[in-house]
Amino acid sequence: MLKRTALFEEHKKLGGRLIDFGGWEMPVQYTGVLDEHQACRTAAGLFDVSHMGEVHVEGADAAAFLNYLLSNDVNKVAVGQGQYTLLCNDHGGLVDDLVIYRRAVDRFLVVVNASNTDKDYAHMQKVLEVFKKNHSGAKVSLSNESANYSQIALQGCKAESILQKLTSTPLAPIKTYWFAEGKVLNSIPAVLARTGYTGEDGFEIYVPWDRGTEVWRALLEAGSDVGLKPVGLGARDTLRMEMKYPLYGNELSDERNPLECGLGWVTKLDKGDFYGRSVIAAAKEKGLKHQLVGIKLTDKGIARHGYALFDQTGTTRIGEVTSGTQSPSLKFSIAIGFIDIAHAKAGTAITVDIRGTKTAAEVVPTPFYRRPY
Amino acid sequence: MNFPAQLKYTRDHEWAKIEGKTMTVGITDHAQSSLGDIVFVELPQVGKVVKPGDTFGVVESIKAVSDLYSPAAGKVVEVNNRLPEDPGVVNRDPYGEAWMIKLELAEPANMMSVDEYKKYVESLS
Repeated sequence: MLKRTALFEEHKKLGGRLIDFGGWEMPVQYTGVLDEHQACRTAAGLFDVSHMGEVHVEGADAAAFLNYLLSNDVNKVAVGQGQYTLLCNDHGGLVDDLVIYRRAVDRFLVVVNASNTDKDYAHMQKVLEVFKKNHSGAKVSLSNESANYSQIALQGCKAESILQKLTSTPLAPIKTYWFAEGKVLNSIPAVLARTGYTGEDGFEIYVPWDRGTEVWRALLEAGSDVGLKPVGLGARDTLRMEMKYPLYGNELSDERNPLECGLGWVTKLDKGDFYGRSVIAAAKEKGLKHQLVGIKLTDKGIARHGYALFDQTGTTRIGEVTSGTQSPSLKFSIAIGFIDIAHAKAGTAITVDIRGTKTAAEVVPTPFYRRPY
Repeated sequence: MNFPAQLKYTRDHEWAKIEGKTMTVGITDHAQSSLGDIVFVELPQVGKVVKPGDTFGVVESIKAVSDLYSPAAGKVVEVNNRLPEDPGVVNRDPYGEAWMIKLELAEPANMMSVDEYKKYVESLS
C-alpha cells in the first residue's frame, strides 16, 4: 500500500497523474511537464512536498550534536535561519542531503528526503548514541515528526505576492535561506521558509498535516490570476536539473563522498570533527578521481541516467550520466554526470553513448539556468 | 481518448492507415498521452527495409524513451521530416500531422481493429 499525503484527493481532482515515488503515491504531472515547468519559471508553481521527512532535534546540546552529525557548520546558523547540509556515513559517503532550520537556540527542524526518512532517522539515532558516549549527560532529543507536517512549496517570481495574501507576517524582509514563524489563513501555524529546489525565488511552507488541504486550496486560489499552477514531480525534476541541484539516488549515494559531488562548499572539514570527516579529509588528501559536472549536448539526443560518457573520440570511457533531460527553459539537452577528473574542466569536449551512438557534448559551467531577476 | 475507426493498431500503440500497398504509421493518442511531452523524435532513412516488430525509430518524452516498432513488412518510402524539428506535434495531432513513416508493404499486415485495440488499452489500466 502506497503512502499518501494529506493532499491526495486534491491531486486527483486536479487531474494529476499519480505514480509510485519512493513508496508514495504522488502526482508526476497535472497538465504536462513543459507547461508546469514554464509556469514556475515565468510566474509560480505549487508543489506538494509533504512526503518529505521532518525531524525535531531539541535540547541544550542539540546544536553541538547537529554539528557532529552534519557536514556544514551549525554554529553559523542563527535563530530564524536555515542551512543546506549533509548527512555522511562512517566511510564518508552520503546518507542524505537536507535542510535544517534553527527555530530557537536549542530547537531545530531537520527536513530530509522522503524515501530516506526512515534510513536517516535510524542513522541519526545511531550517531546520537556515539555522541552521547563522548558527551555524557548530553541533552538532545530526536523525534520523527514527518506524519505531523504538510509541506507545500510555492516557487517562482510571483511566490511572495501570492503567499502574502494569506499571511500577515511580512515576507519581503525574509532573506533567502531564512524563515519566519507565523500564521496563514489567520489561524494555521506555519513555518514560512525562503528556500526551494527550483532556482526561483519562493517559499517552503510547513503547516500541520491536517491543515495542508486548506492552505493548498487557498494558495491556488490566491495565485489563479497571476498564472500559478500546480506542479508535479516531473517538472520538479527538470527544474532542479537546470540548476544542477543534486538528487539523492541519482547524483548522491552512500558510496559517493561530498567532495566528488561538488558539495565541498557545505563540507566544513576545518570546523572540528563530524561523522565521516576523517574519511572525507583523507579522500581530499589523496586527490579526487571523479567530479560531478554539468554537460551540454551539442548534438541531438537526450542523455539519461546510466548512459556512459566517453572522451571526444568516443574510445575511452570516462564517466556516467546521473540525470539528463531536454531543458525546457534552454531548449537544448542537458545532463549531470560523474566524470574522470582529467575531463572535468568546463569546455572539455566529450561524447555520450546514447543507445550505441556517440553523441557530441561538452562540459559546461553550472547552473545551466539563472533566473533573470 | 481518441480511437479513429478507420485505422489499424498494434500492441505497441502504433496506428496504421492502409491505402493500397502504402501504409502510413504513427503512434496513438493513448501512446502520446502516456509518454507526456514529446521532446525528441528520431526517424529512419528512406529505403530502410523492415519486418513486423522491427524498430524503425525512437520517441522521447521528458521522462521516457520509447522505441517505435514497424507494424508490417516493407520498405520505408517517406518519412515526416517535420517531426524531429517540432516533436510537440506528436502530442497535438498524433493521427494527422504527426504521421511518422510511409511503408511500401511487402505483404498484407496483421493488425488489431479499433475495437480490439480499445479493449486492449482498457485492459492496461
